[in-house]
Amino acid sequence: MTLSMPAPDEAVLARRGAIIAAMRAIVPGEGVIDHPDALRAYESDGLTAYRQPPMVVVLPETTAEVAAILAWCHENRVKVVPRGSGTSLSGGALPLADGVLLGMSKFNQVLEVDYADRLAVVQPGVTNLAVTRAVEDRGFYYAPDPSSQIACSIGGNVAENSGGVHCLKYGLTTNNVLGAEIVLISGEVVRVGGRQLDPAGLDLLGVVVGSEGLLGVVTEVTVRILPRPEAARALLLGFPTVEGAGQCVADVIAAGVIPAGMEMMDRAAIHAAEAFVHAGYPLDVEALLIIELDGVEAECAELLGEIQPIAAANGAVSMRISRDEAERLAFWAGRKAAFPAVGRLAPDYYCMDGTIPRRRLPEVLERMRTLSDAYGLAVANVFHAGDGNLHPLILYDANRPGELERAEAFGADILRLCVEVGGVLTGEHGVGVEKRDLMPVMFSEIDLAHQQRVKCAFDPHLLLNPGKVFPTLHRCAELGRMHVHGGKTAFPELPRF
Amino acid sequence: MSTDAPLRPATEAELSEAIAEAAGDGARLAIRGGASKRDVGRPEAGVRSLDMRAFTGVVDYDPPELVLTVRAATALAEVQALVAAKGQMLAFEPFDHGPIYGRPPGAATIGGIVAAAVGGSQRLAYGGPRDHLLGLRAVSGRGELFVSGAKVVKNVTGYDLPKLLAGSWGRLAAITELTLKVLPAPRVSATRVLHGLSAQAAVEAMAAAMGSAAEVAAAAHLPGEVSVTAFRIQGFAGSVKARCELLASRVAPWGRLQDADDSATAIWHALRTLTPLPQNLPLWRVNVRPGAGASVVGALERYGAQWLLDWAGGLVWAAVDADPEMVRSVARSAGGHAQLLRAPSEMRAQVPYHQPPELAVAELEARVRRAFDPAGVFETGRF
Repeated sequence: MTLSMPAPDEAVLARRGAIIAAMRAIVPGEGVIDHPDALRAYESDGLTAYRQPPMVVVLPETTAEVAAILAWCHENRVKVVPRGSGTSLSGGALPLADGVLLGMSKFNQVLEVDYADRLAVVQPGVTNLAVTRAVEDRGFYYAPDPSSQIACSIGGNVAENSGGVHCLKYGLTTNNVLGAEIVLISGEVVRVGGRQLDPAGLDLLGVVVGSEGLLGVVTEVTVRILPRPEAARALLLGFPTVEGAGQCVADVIAAGVIPAGMEMMDRAAIHAAEAFVHAGYPLDVEALLIIELDGVEAECAELLGEIQPIAAANGAVSMRISRDEAERLAFWAGRKAAFPAVGRLAPDYYCMDGTIPRRRLPEVLERMRTLSDAYGLAVANVFHAGDGNLHPLILYDANRPGELERAEAFGADILRLCVEVGGVLTGEHGVGVEKRDLMPVMFSEIDLAHQQRVKCAFDPHLLLNPGKVFPTLHRCAELGRMHVHGGKTAFPELPRF
Repeated sequence: MSTDAPLRPATEAELSEAIAEAAGDGARLAIRGGASKRDVGRPEAGVRSLDMRAFTGVVDYDPPELVLTVRAATALAEVQALVAAKGQMLAFEPFDHGPIYGRPPGAATIGGIVAAAVGGSQRLAYGGPRDHLLGLRAVSGRGELFVSGAKVVKNVTGYDLPKLLAGSWGRLAAITELTLKVLPAPRVSATRVLHGLSAQAAVEAMAAAMGSAAEVAAAAHLPGEVSVTAFRIQGFAGSVKARCELLASRVAPWGRLQDADDSATAIWHALRTLTPLPQNLPLWRVNVRPGAGASVVGALERYGAQWLLDWAGGLVWAAVDADPEMVRSVARSAGGHAQLLRAPSEMRAQVPYHQPPELAVAELEARVRRAFDPAGVFETGRF
């Protein structure tokens, strides 16, 4: 482990028995887990390189129980890590040795669907896909579709502001959530947003979404549901150069077309995917583009007519249009299997998640190749091309001493590169523990202090999910007094954890 | 009104200094851009004007990246002309307050639009300013310049402070620069109408339309001798034609859908300027779930309200001289809230713009405001 978490508080560890007893008084029966073997099931999330069994796991079933747990932990200064389905790729649900892990999996009910108002009220442990399953017989769906949608929970989606391949057209989680019930660390239950479009005052929902479990625990979510498009068609385009594919994407958008999805794969990813699922991808190209169009049939047909000459003008050497649903799904099969396909090439892979201005793509890929040579680690790229969200997959072998650290250093260099060209550290996976120490690459001490003061407004004792997002967790009292001049803090930086 | 001369910082450094000094002196600053919304909220006293109009101009605009970075006091009209020239739009359809106070349109700044988070009819389908605000630079009440968000369309790095600043009405920070997501403007825009529906029938028809694959961009209802229920459908020509036909079949139970392209400008202009409503009555902006729109207007009509429905019923514009508590309880019982947009200053001195939230939310909001503005330099008493 190359990242350090806050050192466990010995005094809290010494109170473990009393803390477990207090939790049992709130949540009866099997809802409190303290056996070491059982705790191990919760020791990591989707960022499996980092593991830490929690002090205790609590699985509440009601908002009142969540409120009681948080109020008790607040009063007794015990840290709490909320967890949905544990699919975070940035370590957002990594437990703490001296913390309560608050599992929300029992909040698994769809409470209400209102088709006239096009919304669904769901509990946070409902999976992303289950929302769509609950409304699809009436021709509706929930638009954000992170690749983990079969497993990831809506509560986790809210915490991470999850995206997916369709978010250029349909937005991220934040654009598809209307309201939420959240429990503050004080135990207070508040409703933010609602069923209407504009909030009554400050857009508190807006800052809760994507706050990675540091501001409150979501106990109910109201999401927008959309009518399912009548049709979807996909184009599969092969290009001899990355530049050609990148320019094609820019020209499609410049022509006024916002496709439902625009995915790019580089040569390494194409070959890995084709070998794995035999999707029929061309192998003699440097870049593959999948462009999906949805809407009424006439819309798909019309946009296909717009895009084909653009692809040809940018040198596409292969062009296939899905003739039926089976073929459309076949085009996607390779892309959707890209991660496991690349995973076959090496014992381990590390998935990165930066966003760049699209126009910088050729340069970023070129410099990534140089870094790849320097680190001696191969990399394959899949790219949400429409919105510039890059997922480099770094191949390594964790069993070789030092290789994980090398992969992480390579990944950090890629993210620094993303920021250098005008992009960001994370497009949809969140900061978590993974990118925490890179935050100063993108934000000054002043920028981060403004974010962390919001944390203090919600959680003054920094008990909710500490060790995530912020590289340095200033005490709130310090932060309130801190005045910063000319980019330098007037106070010496507190020791990091 | 202000006693001292307005502050007119020309740079972010001067702005930081001005705010820090005012905060240190216990002064109150009213952030001013185009002043198109100066009649919103409680009349201010003893405040000094912080004139942001030096912060103008386009910083970066790259149409294929769908990203526009512009300084906050740039005129809305200028921003809209700029993106229109590249075949793009601000999809949330910025709402210019000028006309509802009887002033000409065009004075609003892009920063003011974002600070008030006001979208127009298309907000229904495309989201509001909050959904299109990607990043910003601002000086908080601490006198410190900070950045949040970014200049790319997909970003989850750190807290989404831009969402908090959108709609904060200048109570957290003075925005100097903002980055917006822009989208292609439609090649064709069609307006189709149903005539003669009651508010309840119109809300039902609009719900059916929004629940169909017709991809309706805006849906509104204007009462009258013969009421008009209007739908905007836009995009590529062939697709628009097909979707208009689809819409006609979906709303057939409520009547025959008619081509209204000739009156489209007048219909949507009415919803932008609220000209059908009397100017001499207090004006409320009531946000509710769309299905409750008809019951809200039904309740307000008993007090003589005149109204328009936008956002498929979710936005009620009501001109009514009634007990503010009654208006707010109608909104609350529909699960929403009412904002007092226009009223005589004596009334605005008594009745806040925002519907007061529950205590725990009010306390949380106050803590968030203090986080950005510990001295209350932006607390002018307006909200």
